[in-house]
Amino acid sequence: MDLLRFDAPPVSPEAEALRQEVRTFLRAELKPGLSRDRSGTLGGFNPEFSRKVGARGWLGMTYPKQYGGHERSMLERYVVLEEMLAAGAPINAHYVADRQSGPLLLRFGNEDQKHEVVPRIARGECYFCIGMSEPDSGSDLASVRTRAVETNGGWRVNGTKIWTSYAERSHYMILFCRSADADPKDRQAGFTQFLVDMKTPGLTINPIRNLAGDTNFNEVLFQDMLLPDSAVIGKAGNAWKQLTSELALERSGPDRFLAGFKLFRTLVGQLGPDPGERARLELGRHAAHMMVLRRMSRSVAAMLQQGQDPALQGAMVKDLGTTLEQSLPDMVRQLAPVEGDPEAEDELAAALADVTQNAPSYSIRGGTREILRSTIARGLGLRQ
Amino acid sequence: MNDVTRMLEDTAARLFSDHVDRAVHAAAEAGEWPAALWQALEDSGLTQPLEAGLSLPEAMGLLQIAAQHAAPVPLAETLCAAWMMANCGIEVSTGPMTIAPVVRGETLRLERRGDGWHLAGRATRVPWGRHATSIAVLAETDDGALHVALLPRDAAAIIHGGNTALEPRDTLIVDTALPVGAVARCPFGYDVLRAFGAAMRTAQIAGALERALELSVTYAGQRVQFGRAIGKFQAIQHNLALLASQAGAAAAAAGMVAEALSATPDMLMIAAAKGRASEAASAGAAIAHQAHGAIGFTWEYPLNWATRRLWSWRDEFGNETEWYPLVGAVVAGREPAGIWPAMTGTEAA
Repeated sequence: MDLLRFDAPPVSPEAEALRQEVRTFLRAELKPGLSRDRSGTLGGFNPEFSRKVGARGWLGMTYPKQYGGHERSMLERYVVLEEMLAAGAPINAHYVADRQSGPLLLRFGNEDQKHEVVPRIARGECYFCIGMSEPDSGSDLASVRTRAVETNGGWRVNGTKIWTSYAERSHYMILFCRSADADPKDRQAGFTQFLVDMKTPGLTINPIRNLAGDTNFNEVLFQDMLLPDSAVIGKAGNAWKQLTSELALERSGPDRFLAGFKLFRTLVGQLGPDPGERARLELGRHAAHMMVLRRMSRSVAAMLQQGQDPALQGAMVKDLGTTLEQSLPDMVRQLAPVEGDPEAEDELAAALADVTQNAPSYSIRGGTREILRSTIARGLGLRQ
Repeated sequence: MNDVTRMLEDTAARLFSDHVDRAVHAAAEAGEWPAALWQALEDSGLTQPLEAGLSLPEAMGLLQIAAQHAAPVPLAETLCAAWMMANCGIEVSTGPMTIAPVVRGETLRLERRGDGWHLAGRATRVPWGRHATSIAVLAETDDGALHVALLPRDAAAIIHGGNTALEPRDTLIVDTALPVGAVARCPFGYDVLRAFGAAMRTAQIAGALERALELSVTYAGQRVQFGRAIGKFQAIQHNLALLASQAGAAAAAAGMVAEALSATPDMLMIAAAKGRASEAASAGAAIAHQAHGAIGFTWEYPLNWATRRLWSWRDEFGNETEWYPLVGAVVAGREPAGIWPAMTGTEAA
């Protein structure tokens, strides 16, 4: 069955040499121990760090050189990314832009958008947020109500986006909205994606405090926001198709099983060299699952490189990976005498609290577990 | 995957489709040797894939296909025996072969007597022992040195046993003389034999899970209840998606072992892959049965030929309890920054 193909990732001495370069860089840049910037589970939002990563040529790695990219392989990008995640590096500022907004603009954007924005993404200077979810539209994206209406040479937008991570610190949003009346025969028709400058008049950001106490989660209001026609990404009305390729990139990455790695690392450290038979088994199980997920994820990267569409394999990686990561707090509770405390000096207590509180989001953001399973079921031919 | 492998896979798949059916399973479970199937495999060069020029990873791919069809023949064991002999410089014999010992802690003794050797001891759970023409035995001399001895099956007493799929798992009692040419020093230890066994069972688990998934999806598309195919119900769809993910994880694990195998195998990769595949076998078999309802509980319906193998293969050559602590031991005691490089085999040279 094609969806069970996880071909061997190619052996790449260049990628392995790059890996050691990245490690040297991270040793110099990161303080030992936990990042205390508790803004999300990926290790924090740090523009200074992002610019340094950009200066090393490690953003926009797969983009064409004419747009500031480096024309390296998906596997080389993968190596950089997994090293950053495993080290708990603060990649949140550039991560969304590098992973999906840049590729979207390169694929569908106009020349102005590509020349103006993409090189800044590759330099680590330009950050993106995702404008998909709305108060009444989560998994059912076709029900979005934010509406763009054509006016004189442009568009007038009204509506609300929500759960928008880092809206307050992003330069742009990729806005997904309705641009034509709903067609009862084609639910996927009539949507357009826009490149929205977050400083556009008529755009308001309201923070929402999440359960972990962070406020990088937002509501974004559009009140008669005017956009020029040049803000359309790709073709008006074609957004659904454009989105599909964006989601494949969003789902298959190593962040889907490395979000809680800092907790695993801290646990291993505290248990020490002789943790006992039970801990050896449990730690070994967790590591083994991660090793197999890594193999799956690297295969997906290799398949993307070859121009294949491993959307189903990507959905498997995310479902298995987030399920594993959500089990991590329970493993810690069973192996170590520790109670979660977000403000504790003790790194294990702090990391446990952090992952415990953020874990519910793993299987919601970027496609809920239920949507992923339906995607896989569709791939199996069980549904339309 | 290159064209040669794809061609080989097509040939193998066709051959198994043609030769493995209900009657063959019934006879095999009754203890008969599926001579026609083996002959067809031998004629196609598939019983000695390494001799036929396939790489070890390609040969592992072949085992995966054989397992998809639940082919009741010792292809994996023959491959392992041939590989051991080739690595020890003993001429590879023809016919079905197997290996011993396969249970940890069992040892067979070897000593020089006259012009030749004498092999003695007992090995349990030897796969396909009764049907093998020869057995590659790992045996120790008094000084503890490991040797490989090529034992003709007829030189051993055999007590029949089986696994949950009624594949032969026999006890071998040996007390026999062997000629000089049948014994050679073994350049690797018990752990390498165990890793090879774990690797081949990992590939087989991946194949059997793929089969269980295919059967489940087909059945869910055909079986109508409450006026529609049960595969239209979201609860069933999501369970089958979970089965697909487990099968996917096993397929990735099979890929890992294929690359990890050599005379100095990557034990960490194999340990992780076999533990994970064994877990997938348990979870996947349970979902496949639930999706099938009562029909899957019958012997006639082919699901059990996959799942009864999964229930044995998950334990043979070590299950989660054996392999996961080995991975845990590699991780434990590292500096935090060293855990990831150790897990991924990417420590700086």
